[in-house]
Amino acid sequence: MIEVENLTVRYGGVTSLDGVSLVFEKGTCGLIGPNGAGKTTFFNVLSGFARPSSGTVRAFGDDLLAMPHFRRARWGVRRTFQTEQAIEEMTVYDNVAMVHSPLRGAARRADVLAAIEFTGGGLTPYARVGTLGAGQRRLVEVARAVAGKPRLILLDEPAAGLPDEETAHLASVIRAIPGQTGALTILVDHDMSLVSAVCETTAVLDFGKLIASGPTAAVLRDENVMRAYLGTAEVAL
Amino acid sequence: MADPVTVTTSDSAAAAVAAGRRPLLRRPDKPVQLSVTTVLVLFVLFALPSLMNGYYTGYMTLAAIYSVVTLGLGLLVGRVGLYSLGQGAVVQIGAWTGARLLYGTAQPFPIVVIEAGLVTMLIGMAIGLPALRMRGLYLALITLMFAGAITVVLATVNFPNGGGGFTGYNGSAVHIPPIRRPSIAGTDPAYFRFAVVVAIIMFALVYAHLRLRPGRAWAAIRQSEPAALAAGINIWFYKLWAFALASFITGVAGAVLAAQEHYLYSINFTTQDSIILLAVVLMGGVYSLWGAVIAALLLELVPGWLQSLGLSYAWLTILFGVGVLQVITTAPAGIADQFPKDMKRLGRLLWRLARRPAAGAAGAAGAAGGETT
Repeated sequence: MIEVENLTVRYGGVTSLDGVSLVFEKGTCGLIGPNGAGKTTFFNVLSGFARPSSGTVRAFGDDLLAMPHFRRARWGVRRTFQTEQAIEEMTVYDNVAMVHSPLRGAARRADVLAAIEFTGGGLTPYARVGTLGAGQRRLVEVARAVAGKPRLILLDEPAAGLPDEETAHLASVIRAIPGQTGALTILVDHDMSLVSAVCETTAVLDFGKLIASGPTAAVLRDENVMRAYLGTAEVAL
Repeated sequence: MADPVTVTTSDSAAAAVAAGRRPLLRRPDKPVQLSVTTVLVLFVLFALPSLMNGYYTGYMTLAAIYSVVTLGLGLLVGRVGLYSLGQGAVVQIGAWTGARLLYGTAQPFPIVVIEAGLVTMLIGMAIGLPALRMRGLYLALITLMFAGAITVVLATVNFPNGGGGFTGYNGSAVHIPPIRRPSIAGTDPAYFRFAVVVAIIMFALVYAHLRLRPGRAWAAIRQSEPAALAAGINIWFYKLWAFALASFITGVAGAVLAAQEHYLYSINFTTQDSIILLAVVLMGGVYSLWGAVIAALLLELVPGWLQSLGLSYAWLTILFGVGVLQVITTAPAGIADQFPKDMKRLGRLLWRLARRPAAGAAGAAGAAGGETT
């Protein structure tokens, strides 16, 4: 469970997150909002890439903000990036094995191979990532996120730019993550069909403020959410 | 009753899967490359010393020693993206420490070499600590200034020549004893072999690092620091580790260099050496271990060729400058990457030329088929 209280992030004069308080309980949760709403900033705060000017984040009772980035990964935070960051010159295996893991030796190898097998999509451990297509590279990042006993997985637009069949495969993988790892998974994406297919609950940000949260279906029908995405006039019609 | 049964079957299934995976755990080795390397190493160790005259033995020994230096610099540049212009100074620290210990103590030679490496590693890390906060141009500048500072300090302190005190320098010494060599490698050909063996050990050390966790961490850091951080890699620690490893092997090379030269004079080491080192490392290729060997051969053999052609030493800087330009524009992975590709292309070309006139129309069809594969 992630409890965020009164989180504010400022970049110079821009307030990316403005006093956001929200709770992600368990399973797979969605975080949506128009461009510039502060979704990636929220991920950056959780994974340590941005420092909030105020607010607290408690993850399963621990104070996340007190840890430097690499400690958060050791604690169990995993994230993927909007622009995929698979390391080209390494194999799939090494890309997944680079993540911090409490396991050692054979158990660790088995865990890495299991993560690769779990993400599927035709990934083979000893293929060089530089030779893979965009969809498979996304899967390499997802495999890295599920390896090494994660507790909180942050997926930042994993389906961006993928064709429909690869998005469908990704959706099935993401839906299986909580069962596979027991980790709380937060998904940021613009693809509403993916979010509604995968997430039980969803929170919506707009201009750095939380405008709705709750069960995904209800949130997507929410008047404020439709207004944020479509503009007032269309909703009034 | 049913429960344990399912557990055992799932266990045996897991074991079967693990057994199926085991061959995958080893990366497919490259038998051709391995055998070529082995033959080359055996040739260099056993045949080459008897084929070379004294002049070439000296230069090839230096090439073996400097291949370790270029290996260290290639590691920093190619694997971690740290551009150091101070490696010449690191060699000097290793040489000074090695010489001081060889004059001042009766320890076995290999022990002294390792100690020189460790001392150099500590100094290199002390330099690295503040320098790691910088990147690119700023790191290059800081390390260049460090190289300049070391050159100035050694010009004042001088290299040890068997004197007493901390510096081991006696300005009025008349009969200077040579820096000793290991008892088994007193002659030049034997010392060449010794230097090659040391180089092989250092290459093996670096190779092991690259294959294991540090190698993964360095590759991640070089391509994407955010990805490395998100994966829990302590970037600062692994960069310092790269600095430490590079300094250690460079220090070892420095100590071996001290005994090769017999006498060390600060006038023979200049700040410019560090710049030339970076140039040859870029030309040789920073992404492969072979690049370090090629870089060292360039560094030691090209000046000799220039001399035998009657050209001035100043041409060296121009030649290397052109070489670096060439590398940056057309072959960013250096000669180590470009040469095999060029040879393959040449081989294909020759193959096609050989096939064409001999077999007429059928040969042309065959050549076209060969082209598509």
